[in-house]
Amino acid sequence: MNILVFVETSEGKIRKTSLEAVAYAHGMGGTVTAIALGAADANELQAIGKYGASKILHAADTKLNEHVIQVYSSVLAKAMQDENADVLVLANSSLGTPVAAKVAIKTGASFASNVSELPNTSGGFVVKRSIYTGKAFAHVELKSPKKVIAIRKNAAELKETGSVGSVTNYVVTLNDADFNTKTISTEKATGEILLPEAEIVVSGGRGMKGPEHWGILLDLAKALHAATGCSKPVSDMGWRPHHEHVGQTGVKVAPQLYIAIGISGAIQHLAGVNSSKCIVVINKDADAPFFKAADYGIVGDAFDILPKLTAAVLAAK
Amino acid sequence: MKILVCISHVPDTTSKIAFVDSNTKFDTSGVQFIIGPYDDYALARAIELKETSGATVTVLNVGLIDTEPTIRKALAIGADDAIRVNAEPTDSLFVAAQIAEHAKGYDLILMGRESIDFNSGVVHAMVGEMLGIPSVSPVMKLDIEGTKAKMSKEIEGGKEQVEANLPLVAGCQEPIAEWKIPNMRGIMSARTKPLKVVEPKSTESSVVTQKFELPAPKGAVKMISADNVGELVTRLKTEAKVL
Repeated sequence: MNILVFVETSEGKIRKTSLEAVAYAHGMGGTVTAIALGAADANELQAIGKYGASKILHAADTKLNEHVIQVYSSVLAKAMQDENADVLVLANSSLGTPVAAKVAIKTGASFASNVSELPNTSGGFVVKRSIYTGKAFAHVELKSPKKVIAIRKNAAELKETGSVGSVTNYVVTLNDADFNTKTISTEKATGEILLPEAEIVVSGGRGMKGPEHWGILLDLAKALHAATGCSKPVSDMGWRPHHEHVGQTGVKVAPQLYIAIGISGAIQHLAGVNSSKCIVVINKDADAPFFKAADYGIVGDAFDILPKLTAAVLAAK
Repeated sequence: MKILVCISHVPDTTSKIAFVDSNTKFDTSGVQFIIGPYDDYALARAIELKETSGATVTVLNVGLIDTEPTIRKALAIGADDAIRVNAEPTDSLFVAAQIAEHAKGYDLILMGRESIDFNSGVVHAMVGEMLGIPSVSPVMKLDIEGTKAKMSKEIEGGKEQVEANLPLVAGCQEPIAEWKIPNMRGIMSARTKPLKVVEPKSTESSVVTQKFELPAPKGAVKMISADNVGELVTRLKTEAKVL
């Protein structure tokens, strides 16, 4: 089985979830070729080999620095053909998922997104995918000879299985008509840990009482190297930016540790966090429904507990 | 301007999810169905564009007859007419093929960023691919200037300002518009607005759902005293092993 993995870059760096996609492909047990498009750090490209790619392709055409979905999908469909790939694997993202869907149509492949485990190939090719916003799973058979799979975070364990690889230049011919969207400007928080990729998330709700109180939450996040999230009311009221909204209609997270502070735990919020490995709930209301979904709980005042918790985290380092 | 809004018919966000027939069928008992929340944003923006620029708004749903109350609600909110493709929405490729069959001739094809049942989040991209027109998602702001759409699109950790020519497919999310609640006049007029039922274009599905599964139940919460916050850190390290 030949597997092509699209590795996504952000400011030249390989996204961690893309390395998970390489590890996922390695776990499937085929020949793994990774491909990166646009500007990418040379050392980071070579390091992809450590996660199981035997071949690393890089299309460095500067026109690929802008993430145009149509352009990326044409390049990847062609690369699948050139590499004789049976399967394309990539990480779910605002870029990767629509690109994957378009490649599936161009190549006549079966498609699944939000895939959470390695495929079962004992009889056909069956993947487990998350549905109902994390409240259930579906086992779906992909019947076409070619397959395109977009995986969710933690679908594969990120471990080093090989050594650094060498990078081959991949020459692309771009079609002008594919540049059908134009990015005018990008506003991106720099230096922050991206919420969908974070291993630890510290999230605040209405119990934080106002944006001016977020400092103590940010201190805890910093001590834990965590990304920060928030509940829907908090983003609706403009206390925090929309991209921090965790829940059914916001970002779905799957960290090792999710710490919820002053969030009551509406079912719509739980839908965005129920794939977390461990959930800690801090709330002054002992009857907050979130406690039922938590692994650990503390009943108490966030303004009293947060500084103590930050100190305890720093002391334990 | 002609706008097509594609809506899904999905369980209310507070629904408890369960399956029947040896985990092969969704249990609809006691479940309230709604317009997909993201689709509802798409519809609200379409109605705003209708009010400000005189667009016509058609809603489309791929579903069996039980989705008609959901379609009527979209008409009550302000859509002019509706199309129901009489088929079960089995997978994203099938649904996209049905939409593409009816989407030609529209300037703007709006839908939610994803349905909240199967969450594939790709129908907009697939429809764009099938029609050979641009698709953008998730769109948080959408304005039309002449033959161009100006959008704000969410990306991981931020947003992008994106432009594309019409016709265009957009997958929508908040805060593109405020949800609209139908008023009595809307509800009355929705009863007589045209709802056309069409048979699906035959498309062989290459994705087959074999069975469903619920996540393993969570163990009981372990409570820690507010006076002993240090214990939480210790437990996270040694017991949960997440620090």
